[in-house]
Amino acid sequence: MLIRRSPVLTYADVTPKAIYVNRRKFLRGLGVAGAAVTLGRGLVDLISPETRAYAGTKLATIKGPFSTDEKMNTYDEVTHYNNYYEFGVDKNQPAQNAAHFNTSHWTVSVEGEAKNRRKYSMDEILKLAPLEERIYRHRCVEGWSIVVPWIGFSFSVLANLAEPTPKAKYVAFESYFDTGQMPLAKYAGIELPYVEGLRLDEAMNPLTLLCVGMYGETLPNQDGAPVRMVIPWKYGFKSIKSIVKVRFVKDEPPTTWNRYAPREYGFYSNVNPTVDHPRWSQARERRLPEFFKTHKTLMFNGYGDQVASLYTGMDLRKNY
Amino acid sequence: MWKRYARLVLTSRWTKPIVFVLCLAPLAGIAWPFLWHATIPDPAAFIQHATGDWILRFLVITLTITPLRKIAGVPEMIRFRRMLGLFAFFYACLHFLTYIGFDKLFDLSEIWKDVAKRPYITVGFTAFVLLIPLAITSTAGWIRRLGGRRWQMLHRLIYVSAICGVIHYYWLVKSAVIRPLIYGAIVAVLLAWRVGDWYVKRPKTVPARPTPQRASVSGS
Repeated sequence: MLIRRSPVLTYADVTPKAIYVNRRKFLRGLGVAGAAVTLGRGLVDLISPETRAYAGTKLATIKGPFSTDEKMNTYDEVTHYNNYYEFGVDKNQPAQNAAHFNTSHWTVSVEGEAKNRRKYSMDEILKLAPLEERIYRHRCVEGWSIVVPWIGFSFSVLANLAEPTPKAKYVAFESYFDTGQMPLAKYAGIELPYVEGLRLDEAMNPLTLLCVGMYGETLPNQDGAPVRMVIPWKYGFKSIKSIVKVRFVKDEPPTTWNRYAPREYGFYSNVNPTVDHPRWSQARERRLPEFFKTHKTLMFNGYGDQVASLYTGMDLRKNY
Repeated sequence: MWKRYARLVLTSRWTKPIVFVLCLAPLAGIAWPFLWHATIPDPAAFIQHATGDWILRFLVITLTITPLRKIAGVPEMIRFRRMLGLFAFFYACLHFLTYIGFDKLFDLSEIWKDVAKRPYITVGFTAFVLLIPLAITSTAGWIRRLGGRRWQMLHRLIYVSAICGVIHYYWLVKSAVIRPLIYGAIVAVLLAWRVGDWYVKRPKTVPARPTPQRASVSGS
């Protein structure tokens, strides 16, 4: 099963990071005595923070389709460079500020124009289909890109269970939001909760991943735990994190960045080297952790074979 | 009493080298994680953002010298203004290098296209270019050659450069406008003080004031 040690354990049993880190610190603290030593250790922690702050639960996976053989980024890179504005607008902030984010007893509510509307627990989601490892390119609208071994299965698995009615033309997603757990969210500058959306045929494309893990483990908090979308032919902000709601709808749903700056972030936001962001070029990208912006950005982030047909006859300059 | 100590410190021959080393600390701070092989997922952006921040900080510190020395009455602070301004220029050079190198791969035609097409680049480029004549004419020889008045006029370009720098920052962020707005507010206060100072000290011989006595009383 998915949890290696014992199938009796549930997702809610995953030890929150805060607890095991404190435990680790406590155990380390046993070895040393005195306030002075503790102070010294605090200074050491300040200078050299935990390089691998999060240890998720291992997930058993099979090899999924569509994987690239490009060089993967390291776990440390992908967990210390996050756009997750609810936990701070700097890319190194979510790694620290999401550390105590409590994702136990998580549910995803499937709603709207569908026959089977219901809530799914994380345990149920993890058992909907065999978990696949898919190594995708991930291109941020800001002009950088990474390669990540995600874990999950096609979103269509969940959608087929929900059985959308003929009225359903789009899927709307909503992230978890709670100012108590996300005190920095008030500085985000964007309206929250974060919402995203896809056209139903985009959502049903086998590339579209309902993602529950990466690097062989459950998702770290800062990367969108416990469940997120990964839509590799679109700019990264379309791949909404920490999903609590999936809603099948008739009309194009509002999306966070489009609402903030409609001229800069369209509903589609397909990776497209020929359509620049109004403020910067999208022709090239920086493959992290490289210094130079040498990589030519590919149409649909290189996934044209799978998705170009979704947009035949559409003016992608208009529908950016 | 504290003023005497402040003056002693400010005029000590050790203070300048110490301030010089302190001004290099941000550079050490940027190099530090590289020396320790820390994980830096986007090293180019890290250097670019850090140098960009320090340009604005040094511009703000440089612009603070004049109000501070006048308000506090320690004219000796002027000894450090040139060095601080030159450090703003030093970090601006590094920042500019990261842009033309890391982002534009030293492709001149690409750079010109960018400068012409992208407003935040245009205004950032302007902020940088305006600092060049100030750095060149920062020597005592150039003050003499230009004459104090003209030199001072030229060096007021730092006001324009700081404003352009803040706009550059404001235009490049996605939604987190708070930090550029804070820099903007600080620069606005520093420039407003100058306007106020000029207004208070404007020649009192301005003609056609109906009640000059009252004006001078309220001005003092």
